[in-house]
Amino acid sequence: MNAARQNRLNSFAAHGALILYTLIALFPVFVIVINSFKTRKAIFREPLALPNSDSFSLIGYETVLKQGDFFLYFQNSMIVTVGSLFFILLFGAMAAFALAEYRFKGNTLMGLYLALGIMIPIRIGTVAILEMMVQTGLVNTLWALILVYTAQGLPLAVFILSEFMRQVSDDLKNAGRIDGLSEYRIFFRLVLPLVRPAMATVAVFNMIPIWNDLWFPLIIAPAEEVKTLTLGSQVFIGQFVTDWNAVLSALSLAILPVMALYVVFSRQLIRGITSGAVK
Amino acid sequence: MSDAHTKPKIRWHIVVFLAPAVLVYTAVMIYPLFNTLRLSFFTEVDQERVYVGLQNFHTLFGEPVWSEQFWNALGNNMWFFMIHMLVQNPIGIALAAILSHPKLRFTSFYRSAIFIPTILSFVIVGFAWKLILSPIWGIAPEMLGAVGLKSLYAPWLGKEAYALTALSLVSVWQFVGIPMMLIYAALLSIPDEILEAAEVEGITGSSAFWKIKLPLILPSIGIISILTFVANFNAFDLIYAAQGALAGPDFSTDILGTFMYRTFFGFQLQLGDPHMGSTIASGMFAIILIGVCLYLFGIQSRMRRYQF
Repeated sequence: MNAARQNRLNSFAAHGALILYTLIALFPVFVIVINSFKTRKAIFREPLALPNSDSFSLIGYETVLKQGDFFLYFQNSMIVTVGSLFFILLFGAMAAFALAEYRFKGNTLMGLYLALGIMIPIRIGTVAILEMMVQTGLVNTLWALILVYTAQGLPLAVFILSEFMRQVSDDLKNAGRIDGLSEYRIFFRLVLPLVRPAMATVAVFNMIPIWNDLWFPLIIAPAEEVKTLTLGSQVFIGQFVTDWNAVLSALSLAILPVMALYVVFSRQLIRGITSGAVK
Repeated sequence: MSDAHTKPKIRWHIVVFLAPAVLVYTAVMIYPLFNTLRLSFFTEVDQERVYVGLQNFHTLFGEPVWSEQFWNALGNNMWFFMIHMLVQNPIGIALAAILSHPKLRFTSFYRSAIFIPTILSFVIVGFAWKLILSPIWGIAPEMLGAVGLKSLYAPWLGKEAYALTALSLVSVWQFVGIPMMLIYAALLSIPDEILEAAEVEGITGSSAFWKIKLPLILPSIGIISILTFVANFNAFDLIYAAQGALAGPDFSTDILGTFMYRTFFGFQLQLGDPHMGSTIASGMFAIILIGVCLYLFGIQSRMRRYQF
């Protein structure tokens, strides 16, 4: 009986600690979002109160939608993220298949070469990347960002996907070969569908860092028509720094798409991390 | 191919499969990386690129104007990393240990909620905390006042002595979800038999954590440490979003990433200099390389791995 009470006490303490930390984690987001719906006076007078009929106001959102080109920024971010993910997955899966399936001279060396980029951040090469983008005329285009993010995402993608491709049964592939399928068909028709869960993990791992990156948009694509949402909100907030309604609304609008993505993909993300993909 | 005399045929499909990834990776990542290292041996004289050997490094470490900034940024970066190691990782491990308790309910809710800050961009995190800690808005002083500690409040982000620590803690707040998830996964992979055997020996509760689980998850803690190291020594976004490229007040939050950005692009009266920027990037590369090698050869190879 004493043990049972001890147990209940323990689980009480555990929930207490977890609830406390959950509050710490969510509090700033909560404060930003509720205050974005309030009048300027209410924001300052009672920052922790929920908006009521008296203090409710959408003035901040009106400013943001009038002044900032948030739909364009959103579209740019979308194109860059989806485009980069497409190339990371396609090129990454192809290279992973070559490394996992065929024995050839230099296989291990090639694997190590591609794995180098897991530990070395691509930002170190920024000076030369900018120079190259200027020379090739890609600076201030979305392609520049897509290329950089593809290169950045490939090492981990190849590493994770080749682990999974090694587990695809040889019998299946050999049966395909006996039926006269080409190596390309074996890859696209037989192997790719089987590693779809691993591809999803890779996609989710890459999605959030690409969407949130500030460094490369700032350096290789700062022009107005190619600004991503992250850079766009940074610039907008910098300009409107004294207009609290606008800043809070811009922050809330920037939170919204990421939260939506997270709600859709959180199970995949958490499963990906906890399945030991990073072992 | 069965004939040993004929030349081995090139299997073109292997080339086709490898080529796109290898080309993009080499052209956009590896080549610029080495090109940046190469550029640090050059400088610009009359709009022409001239080879100057190690002169840029002499400037960076020899001239007080540069070396003071560099050591300041490196020192700040060390402190930034220390706070992550001392606060973020222990909190992450503690949360994971609580979450991995077998009979606890709602764990997936807690996990998802605690991970939310990690998915937000630095711009959101930087500004949100700047507003919350701001003396103008008064959320932080009001909340401290509610527990009778109002006297402890100071405009932390505006004070040289506190700004870096405050921003490091904001970064800890943002990324605590990553060590939590990785350690949680490691704890779940410990087989029940081991824990049951320990229980039979009378080792339960917190002593089971310290004596059984912790030694078994040491490899994961090693991986988290090196991931934190690499991420911290190429950090930039949070400082830039919260304090701007000048990393104020008075450069007290300047880290290597912001220092490199300022040098490369210039700010206010100083012109941008890609060659000095490359020199700083080379320094960062060396630091990260040393860290990764220390981990790979010093820690990982000595760590005992348990196969279940």
